[in-house]
Amino acid sequence: MNDDSKYIAIQGVEQRFKTAKGSFLALRDVNLNVAKGEFITLIGHSGCGKSTLLNLIAGLTTPTEGVLLCANREIKGPGPERAVVFQNHSLLPWLTCYENVYLAVERVFAATENKAQLKARTEAALALVGLTPAAQKRPGEISGGMKQRVGIARALSMEPKVLLMDEPFGALDALTRAKLQDELLAIVQKTHSTVVMVTHDVDEAVLLSDRIVMLTNGPAATIGEVLAVDIARPRSRVELAEDPVYVHARKAVIDFLYTRQAHVEKVAA
Amino acid sequence: MVSAVFHSPLEAKPVMPAAKLAAPSARPVAAPAEVEPAPRVPRDFRAVWLRVLPPLLGFALLVLVWELVALRSTTGFPSPLATWQQALSVFSDPFYSKGPNDQGVGWNVLSSLQRVALGFGLAAAVGIPAGFAIGRFEFLSRMFNPLISLLRPVSPLAWLPIGLLVFKGANPAAIWTIFICSIWPMIINTAVGVQRVPSDYMNVARVLNLSEWKIFTKILFPAVLPYMLTGVRLAVGTAWLVIVAAEMLTGGVGIGFWVWDEWNNLNVANIIIAIFVIGIVGLVLEFALIRIATAFTFEEVKS
Repeated sequence: MNDDSKYIAIQGVEQRFKTAKGSFLALRDVNLNVAKGEFITLIGHSGCGKSTLLNLIAGLTTPTEGVLLCANREIKGPGPERAVVFQNHSLLPWLTCYENVYLAVERVFAATENKAQLKARTEAALALVGLTPAAQKRPGEISGGMKQRVGIARALSMEPKVLLMDEPFGALDALTRAKLQDELLAIVQKTHSTVVMVTHDVDEAVLLSDRIVMLTNGPAATIGEVLAVDIARPRSRVELAEDPVYVHARKAVIDFLYTRQAHVEKVAA
Repeated sequence: MVSAVFHSPLEAKPVMPAAKLAAPSARPVAAPAEVEPAPRVPRDFRAVWLRVLPPLLGFALLVLVWELVALRSTTGFPSPLATWQQALSVFSDPFYSKGPNDQGVGWNVLSSLQRVALGFGLAAAVGIPAGFAIGRFEFLSRMFNPLISLLRPVSPLAWLPIGLLVFKGANPAAIWTIFICSIWPMIINTAVGVQRVPSDYMNVARVLNLSEWKIFTKILFPAVLPYMLTGVRLAVGTAWLVIVAAEMLTGGVGIGFWVWDEWNNLNVANIIIAIFVIGIVGLVLEFALIRIATAFTFEEVKS
């Protein structure tokens, strides 16, 4: 409200990990502001600390140096206002899809709403990702794409201020991924969520983001470049294919990743 | 000690050789688990044959060796046939009671099972919560792990005198011994299960900011359940091993005491019958617990 352009503020963040071989500097000197309602993707080669940065915003880890703020408050730990969609969906296998989402809904809204409202919220979240028919199935009984959608439904059901996604579509095949990207675009359009998403897929980054944050190679990775993608929404993947802005942005990201930050032996998986 | 005993019951067929003596062509008597899957491949006689023949041969070998030993024995080692006839008379009236020192085999088995149930139940009531606490809090784990490492290898029978001293009775002492021997596998397996809960699930709990009670009921308990049931299975098996030995020392009514009593009567046939009874009861316990464990094991669902 007071400063929407700095809804998430990352100031001078450094992250070291203690390993058996001593301390390992994963991130250094990271400064980034994310505006309210903005869609940011973090892109970089494997091991460059994208997920580390996302975990810091989530509050799952705390930085060794620097500060992270969300809505002008220091991020001290994880919380439901910053929902996370995990890379491997992390659904609880002993609960049905409905119960997995309900667990989140209950946690956030049980204090203020009655059972019927909680039920309605859960059903709405599942309907949003098109999974009403699978509500009573366990995660083991549905496909990878469906599991990932339940993970997204769980995150969205909490009505988070910030949606953090860690390669949410990484494990999916190209067609399913495209379908879920389109769904995500539509949902974000509707909810105006602030999203920070980790990806290593250039097309995904350009299609979804307002800004693409490119990280240099680790160790001691930092932000190498930030690219604004000035394409009006709603975006259509078919029309974009020939859009000069899209093509230019895509070229810029590929340039960064494969020319300036090319790995010697290891290319992004 | 434990692992050597817990072979899968699916491999060892619980066939009473005595039954086979009477009807050599009969199908295995107490092997419902083996018989049931057969209808799935009704026409594949070779597979059925492969399932039936080797176990039958195994038991035939046992009976043969037994017969040879009995033939060469000068100390009155009973032959399989004599044992079978003795078994018939023992099982014709398993629930007679002629005073505290002369009761049917049924009472003896039930008394032993009761002691195991009591000792094991108490151990579960203490061990499983302790396992959760030790697994969840590193401080407790560091505090108790040395103690567990020190006490676990001790033969449970070494605790029997302590039980006699403290509880001033044979029966509570036997239950105490069962308690001690079955608590370790439950503590250890539960603690390991808690420590191995995938960090993804715990991250979900942290992001949702779940209460400790919700974490326990929705994440920890279901995730740990398979480990816990493994602990329970090991504990029941050990308890059944130990009760026989404990009862030999404490006396009273019980299958272990029965073995010792029949030894004093030089009734070797009854001792052999007791061995089979102990084996079959142990197998049934093990099998029931495996069934429970599989019913509560969720497949890992990582895409």
